[in-house]
This record gives sequence, structure tokens and C-alpha cells, in this order.
Amino acid sequence: MRLSEADSQALAGAPPAPTYLEDGTTVLSWLNTRDHKRVGVMFLASVIFFFFVGGIFALLLRFKLLQPGPFFVDAISYNRMFTLHGVVMIFLFLIPSIPSAFGNFVLPLMIGARDVAFPRLNLFSYYLYLIGAAVALWGMVHGGADTGWTFYTPYSSTSPTQVAPILLGAFIVGFSSILTGVNFIVTVHTLRAPGLNWMKLPLFVWSTYATSIIQILATPVLGITLLIVTVERIGGFGLFDPARGGDPVLFQHMFWFYSHPAVYIMILPAMGVISECVCAFSRKNAFGYRAIAFSSIGIAFVGFFTWGHHLFVAGQSTFVGGAFGLLSMFVGIFTAIKVFNWVGTMYRGAITFRTPFAYICGFLYFLVFGGMTGVALATTSLDIHWHDTYFIIAHFHFIMVGASVMAFLAALHYWFPKMFGRVYHEGWGLVAASLIILGFNATFIPQFLLGNYGMPRRYYQYPEHFQALNVASTAGATLLGFGFVIIVIYLAIALRYGQRSEANPWGSKGFEWMTASPPPTHNFDQIPTITQMPHDYRTHEPPGVISVA
Amino acid sequence: MSHEVAGLPEGILGHHFSSLARQNEAMRLGMWLFLATEILLFGGLFCGYAVYRFQFQLAFAECSRHLNLTAGTVNTLVLITSSLTVALAIHFARTNRQRAAVICLVLTILFALGFLGIKAIEYTEHFHERALPGKYYAFEAVKVPGAAMFYSLYFLMTGLHGLHVVIGMSVLAWILWRTVQGRYSSKYYTGLELGGLYWHLVDLIWIFLYPLLYLI
Amino acid sequence: MNEVLRKLLFLPDQASTFARDVDRLHYFVILTTFVVSTAVGLTTILFFIRYRRRSETQTTPHIEPPMWMEALFIGVPLSFFTLWFFLGYREFVRQQTPPADSMDVYVMGKKWMWKFAYPDGPNAINVLRVPAGRNVRLLMTSRDVIHSFYVPEFRIKQDVLPGRYTQTWFNATTPGRYQILCAEYCGAGHSIMRGEVIVLKAQDFEDWLAFQHRGVVATQDGQPTALDFAPPLGNMVDQGRRIAAEQGCVKCHSTDGTRHIGPTWLDLYHRREKLTDGKTVEADEAYLTESMMDPALKVVEGFQPVMPSFQGKLAGPEVAALVEYIKSLQSDAVRTGPSEGPAYAPIRGR
Repeated sequence: MRLSEADSQALAGAPPAPTYLEDGTTVLSWLNTRDHKRVGVMFLASVIFFFFVGGIFALLLRFKLLQPGPFFVDAISYNRMFTLHGVVMIFLFLIPSIPSAFGNFVLPLMIGARDVAFPRLNLFSYYLYLIGAAVALWGMVHGGADTGWTFYTPYSSTSPTQVAPILLGAFIVGFSSILTGVNFIVTVHTLRAPGLNWMKLPLFVWSTYATSIIQILATPVLGITLLIVTVERIGGFGLFDPARGGDPVLFQHMFWFYSHPAVYIMILPAMGVISECVCAFSRKNAFGYRAIAFSSIGIAFVGFFTWGHHLFVAGQSTFVGGAFGLLSMFVGIFTAIKVFNWVGTMYRGAITFRTPFAYICGFLYFLVFGGMTGVALATTSLDIHWHDTYFIIAHFHFIMVGASVMAFLAALHYWFPKMFGRVYHEGWGLVAASLIILGFNATFIPQFLLGNYGMPRRYYQYPEHFQALNVASTAGATLLGFGFVIIVIYLAIALRYGQRSEANPWGSKGFEWMTASPPPTHNFDQIPTITQMPHDYRTHEPPGVISVA
Repeated sequence: MSHEVAGLPEGILGHHFSSLARQNEAMRLGMWLFLATEILLFGGLFCGYAVYRFQFQLAFAECSRHLNLTAGTVNTLVLITSSLTVALAIHFARTNRQRAAVICLVLTILFALGFLGIKAIEYTEHFHERALPGKYYAFEAVKVPGAAMFYSLYFLMTGLHGLHVVIGMSVLAWILWRTVQGRYSSKYYTGLELGGLYWHLVDLIWIFLYPLLYLI
Repeated sequence: MNEVLRKLLFLPDQASTFARDVDRLHYFVILTTFVVSTAVGLTTILFFIRYRRRSETQTTPHIEPPMWMEALFIGVPLSFFTLWFFLGYREFVRQQTPPADSMDVYVMGKKWMWKFAYPDGPNAINVLRVPAGRNVRLLMTSRDVIHSFYVPEFRIKQDVLPGRYTQTWFNATTPGRYQILCAEYCGAGHSIMRGEVIVLKAQDFEDWLAFQHRGVVATQDGQPTALDFAPPLGNMVDQGRRIAAEQGCVKCHSTDGTRHIGPTWLDLYHRREKLTDGKTVEADEAYLTESMMDPALKVVEGFQPVMPSFQGKLAGPEVAALVEYIKSLQSDAVRTGPSEGPAYAPIRGR
């Protein structure tokens, strides 16, 4: 048994090293930090803030949708709100959320490194994110765009609203994403502790690595596409304008070439979190470690070849549509592999039902259901009826909220003691989780039905026969909102008044628990040598930091 | 580890790297990944070029003939030479000939300025002939559908490339200052190498732009 | 069974020939989804109960899945997904391929209305009248931004693009009124850009068409808005004739078979023309439109490339009217040469 750092130093007579939170308490020490943990915490605070901004837009939209006719806001304001809801939630929350907040904090710890490969670049990533967000916010304050987050031309090149600042904001945030991806890939390649080869990497590292590949390859294409639309607006360049010989469908191809892999940026890290939490809370090794690891890379790779399934009715040829549909099916297989392996991990485990596990359960159900509706959409003929209706909205919210956000919350609760050294109130955790899972179902299942019924998306007014389902969905959304607010409250209380946590409150054998909670600035006094697989529970260790040699 | 940092300026080796070799490996990998993103950034424009070239073959061929071939060729030679000088700068730094390295870097920056100057002349010509992108197109010599599209792409691609030349020049200027300060030597020259790599990419992109826009 | 599931899933009425098949695949997929999600959920609950942690010092065995199990996890979903794909794609191809005997209707979407034009019939705004039991092909374009033509009861949807024609088709089975909804966001009026398909019994449709032909000016359905500047002028063929005169087409193209500066328009439609570069092309709607926009691209052998381009000079509906006019110029001459078949061939099978 290895002594914890604190114990061994106490024995040596030296004072214990300050945690990263205590090491410099001025605002400047935070703004000028090189510490990946502080960058991660700053990202976490920012993404949570923008989650609520996007969430408020969502609640406003759902409030309007209580009535089929004009109500509460006018059509143009409504159109702006759904655009900003999408832009904020995707670019300012979902894409950075798990990688930049939790990845930043936990990835170096998991591989036994003192920091990411390029600490100053990491801080720069954060500032780029803030600048991009500020530009987009400026645009929002001046009315914001009304094009939808997908910016389809020619509407986006001709809309009289403030499209350029939103485009520019997204472009800048895209660079933040790219630099984070570069940082993570280089970190995993060059900063692994001695003994840690690829087949021993924690599954969260595998999925973050796969996400980073997508980030660096796909985001630049979005960048150039948004840039072209910006010059169309400002300079009348006409690449997507049919009056000048341009092709509006080319925009769709280029946009979705990024944005489809982007949805895998949003789900892969979530899957990594679930892999970690399933193992920790089942106290069991990952069932099918290789399958889960390689399926992450598989999703990243195949995900680049499926973008055309957004264009089945856009004027794409039938044959090409079929090709994309078939490829989309293969991506579904990789997800199926993971789901079976996660459930298999629980077999003969030692499961404890804590808040993160509640989110795992929600995640599994929402991912399977939402994922299979994705497969249903890829069958091409069914998509003709469902395209651009509430069915699509329900499908992607099942994955982006039902799966990704559940995983984000699981990560938040699992790593809360590690990041802040405090324990939150478990009872409230379960209450919030129940409210969120119930509220989510109540919000989005009616939307699947609305889509079947024939209600198109982005509709300010709708035919009256859609009203009952809309009212049901709004009721659910209110419940969902309450759940999120409750979480923020009890976590904020825990930060200030919560009981101090032990070094490893979950008894988890994930590698991030090799060091104290919260960790000291330099992570490890001595870089560990790693010879075990993560989450190896064949032996029991006394509580405290784990040994992995 | 201390023997590695002996003789090196302060702060070269990050505390989180186990050795200088590791750090160099990381820096190189990081730069190559970043270069990949730059290629994909231009990739979107090359894709647009391919699509519209296929659609407006005659117009594109016609417009290409009206570009200043001399200017384009000179620019290509200028950039290739600048890549040579930056490679020489790295070589000299690696063999501890700091002054020669500084001279080569200064030459590279001057060549880059020359490139921008020639491009500026070309752009001025285009403005005078009203060979402008999209809705501003009014070039008398070519009145085929699709001509405006050629110039939209021409300005977008060369404009974005020009921006990268400026960025590259700033990177080179920063590297130049560091070289003057004596940061690079046979013991450590990775920063210079990475700056050179970036410049090579800027050159490479032009080497693709030139035939697509001027030659075919 | 079909009705029960349809109502449960809030699917609209099945008012076209392919609605039923689409829905049947829907039921297959959705029921499987329910079964699998429930199975995963139940297994999770079962495992949680059976394998809950009994003591703080509990250890667990290291278990790896055997190869056959992984193969099963891959093989079973793969089979289902591939099966669904092929069932769906077969239907998709059917939905994207209008039969040869379809009745054509031209559709133009613009902010924020739908305009319809029959080749030998009237124009209409926001109301599309079709006969029941007849294949109807919609040739669609947009005047401004991308819209999407969606009729939930028919299970059809197709984006409508500026600068291009897209097509879709349907065969409405039951007389009635069905809503058209725009399904591609197009600005402030997107959610009120609606129309109606009125499916009439075959005889009623003929009666309505005959009634329309009686008037010099066709009656209009729906309220024209201030945005609607195109004056109604009989049918498309008449419009085309007028435009051909106004734009000077007839200065170079005769309509009676005489060879002039350009190829004659008599019997031009579906004629196989030999081009200057040796290739042959069939003069269908696409070729005719292309020749108006970029005449130098495909020049007929024996003629000079002197035709100016009309890109930017002719609006979408005007081009369509010209095409319809050209199509109407048919002599009684027997066609020589082998039968080439229709430009759009139907799928063999149902």
C-alpha cells in the first residue's frame, strides 16, 4: 500500500503542498494560469453559464408555443430566439462542455502527467472561447440572427438580421475547439506516464482522443464555410447564390461535412464519461475494453462519411442519398457495441446507486432510444416524412440533451469531489436527477409524436391540431428547467459549505484517483509508473489514493 | 535532466516534460496537426473551386487567361526562394551560425513582402479592369456566365492565402527576434523549425493555387 | 392493426399510394426500438438488483466478453439496420422516381406562398387541385430562398431550390383537402407559408379543368398578395408564346420547321440533337433550360454559337412557360428512329 502524498510529506515533516485551488488566490492568478485544472474550472463555469443562456431561450420558445397563433413575441423575435438557442447550446455549451471542462481537468491526471502538452495554448483556447462568445453576445444584444443555427443559404446571405457577428463568433470559438484538440492529441502521444501504453489508457482518454481528431479535421471546414457566407453577405461574392451561378446546396454539403462529425464531438466525450462511471459505480472492469476503445475511433472515422443524410430531400441524387444512408447505419453499429458493453460491465459487478449512476441509467435509455430513431431516419424513405419536423428535433435532443447532458451531469457529480474536494448532498442529487429524467421524457416524447403528426420545425405559428402536444412538451420543459436549477443550487452550497471529501470518496480505481482530491498544482509529487489496467477491482484497497503499479 | 538544460536559455524546457527530446517531439506533432487544420481550411475553397470549375469550364479557362501570368510566376519563384531561405536559416541555426541565420530570416521576410507587393499590383489591376467578385463584376473582356464566380473564388483564395502570408511574416518576425536574442542553437532550434514549417505550408498552398488559377 | 398503430403514433391519414408502405416500415422500426430500449432498461434494472454492492470491501472478477458475444452484439444490430436500410431505400427510390405517365404540375415557392401552374391549364395560388388515383409529378423551383413542399398525409417532402428544378410525385388515393406546409425555414412567414391540396374525383377534376379553360383569364384560388407581380395570362403555353415574341426568340428559331439561324422549335422536344463536339443530347426540359442560360455549352451541329445568354433576363416561371410552349409545338409527323423511352423511367414493380 502506498502512502498518500499528504501522509508521506507529513511524515517527512514538510507541510502538505497546497491544492491547485489554494495555490494563488488572486483573480490575476486565475486569469494568467498555466494550470490545466484551473483552465478546466474556468471552462466549466463558462459553459454552465451559457447552458443557462441557451436554456432560457428554450423556455421562452416553449412558452410561446403554448399558443398556436401569434403570442408573447412576434415572428421575427421567435426566429431569432431559436437561432440563438441553437448557436449558444451547440457552440458555446455542448462542443466545449465535456472536453474543455472535464477533459482539461482529468485527462492529464488520468495519464500521470503534470499538465497538458501546451499549457499556454490551453489558456489561449479559453480566451478565444471568451472572445468568440463575446462577439456572438454582441450580435445577440443587437438583435441576433434569425437564420437558424444551420445558416442555410440563400436565406442566411440575404437575411436583414445580425448574421455576421454570430458567424464570426462561431468561427472564433471554432479555433478554440481546434487548439484544444491539438493539445489533447499531443498530450496523449507524448505525456503518458512510464508503463502506460495505449491498451491501458482509460476509456475516457480514448474517447477524448477520438473527439480531438474530429475537432481538428472537421472544424476548419466549418470555419471556411462560415467565412464564405460572411463574405457573401458583406461583399456579394455569390458562391452560394444561384443568381450569380452559385449553388445553395453546396453550402449544405460543406456545412454538414463539419456539423455531422460535430455531433460526434458532442457525444463521444459523453460516452467516455459513461465508460468511467459505469466501471466506477459497478466496481468492475470494462466489459469489452478493446471494443469500446476502437468503436470510439470507428465513430470518429465513419462519422466523416455520413453528412449527406441531412440532404436526403435537399436535391441530392437518389444514389448518393442511398450511399450516405447505408454509411449512417454503420455508425449506429459502433454505438450499439458500446451500449452492450456498458450493460455487460454491470454483470457480476458491485453496483451502488448514487447520483452519477442515476444519470447513467438515463443516458443508456435516451441513447438507445434516440440512437435508434437516428437509424430510423437513415432508412431514407422514412426521413422524407420526418425531415425538418419535430421528429428530428426530438431525435437530436434525445442524444444531445438526453445523452450528452446526462453524461455531463454524471461527470459533474462524479468528479465534483476530485475538482473541489467537497461532497454534495446525495438526496438532492437524486431528486434533481429524477426531475430531469422525468421532465426530459415529458418534453421530448410529445415532440416525436408532433413530428409524426406533421408539425415542421422552426414554426412560430402552427395549425391548431398540434396544440395539445405542444402544451404537454412545454409542461415537461418547465420540469426540466427546475431540475437544472436545483442542481446549481445544491452544488453551489456544497462548494461553500459542503463537507470536505476524502481523497477517493467513490473507491474508484480510475487513474485520476491516483492523486489527492483536489490535486496539488503539479498533480503528482512523483510521476507514477502504471502497469495495471484502469478499473481493476479484483483486489480491494484501503480508502485513499490508488496505486497502479 | 539538468545536463540537458545547461547551456540553454531560461525556460526552454517545460516542467511537465520528462526530457527535451519529448518536448521537441510534442512541439513538432502539435505543429503538424495544426498544419493539417490549415490544409482543411483551404480545402473548403479548393472544393468550391472544383465544383464551379466543372460547371463553368469555359468561363474559368477564359478568365484564367486574363490573369497576369508574369506576376503569378514571379510570385511563385519568390515564395519558393523564401522557403529555401527559411530552410537555410534553420540549417545555420542548427550549425551555430547565428548571423547567417538572421540574414536568411530577414531575406525570407523581404521575399514575403515582395510577394505581397506583387499581389497588390495585381489586385490594383483587377480593380481597374473591374474584374471583381460576385455582384461587382464588370469586366469587359470576359462576359460569359460564371466569370464572376471565377473572380469570387480568385479573390477568396488569394485573399485568404495573403492573410496567411501576413500571419507567416509575423511568425517569422517573432522567430527572427528570438534568433537575434540567441535562443536557437544546435542544442535547441525547434521553435525556429516550427516557424519554418508554417512558412513551408504557406508556400505549398500557393503552389497549388498557382496552377489552378493561372495555368489551366 | 395499421389503424391502431397509426393513431397511437399520431401519424396522419394515409392518403397516397406509398403512405401505407412508409408507415409499415415505420412500425417495424419503432416497435423494434421500443423492444430494445425496454430490454436494455430491464437488463440494467435486473443487474442492479442482482449485483448490488453488498459490502464496502467487495471485489469483482475481471470479465472479458467472449468473441462470439461481441460478434453477436455486432451481427444482430447490423442485420437489422441493413434490413431496414434496404427496405427503406427501395421505397425511397420509388418515391424519388416519378412514373412515365405522370401528369405534370409546375410549382413555384416564394416567400411566402405557393404558386401552381398546369401545362395546359390555369395558374393557381396556394391551392393545388389534382385528380384522385392519378400519378402527379411536381416540377418545382423557388423564386428566392430554399423552401420545402410537404404534405404530411401523402408522406411526401421535397426541398424547393432557387435556380434549379427539383421534382417529386404522388398519387392521391382519397378525395379531400390536405394541408401543404413549408418545411424549410425561410424567414418571418415560414410558418404561415401554407397551402392546400384539393384531391377531386377524376370526373370532378375534368369538370373543373374544363371550366377553367372557358375563361380567358383563369380564376385564381387563394388571395394574391402585393408580392405577386406576375399577371395571370391564360395558360403557360400562351405565356410562352408571348415571351418568345417579346424576347426575340422567334427571330432565330422558327416554329414551322424552317431552318433558320437557330434550330427550329417544331418537334424540338425530345428530339435527339447532334452537337458540334460529336455527342448527342436529348432536348428535354433540362437541355432547353440550359440552352437558354448557357447556349455556348452545347451547340447543335451545323449551327453557329451566336445565341446570347438569357441568364438574369428570364425569371424561372418565364423559362418554364417557354419550355411548355416549345413542348406544345408538335407536328403530326411520325417519328423516325428507335423508341428511346421516357426521360424519367418508372421503377419496375408496383
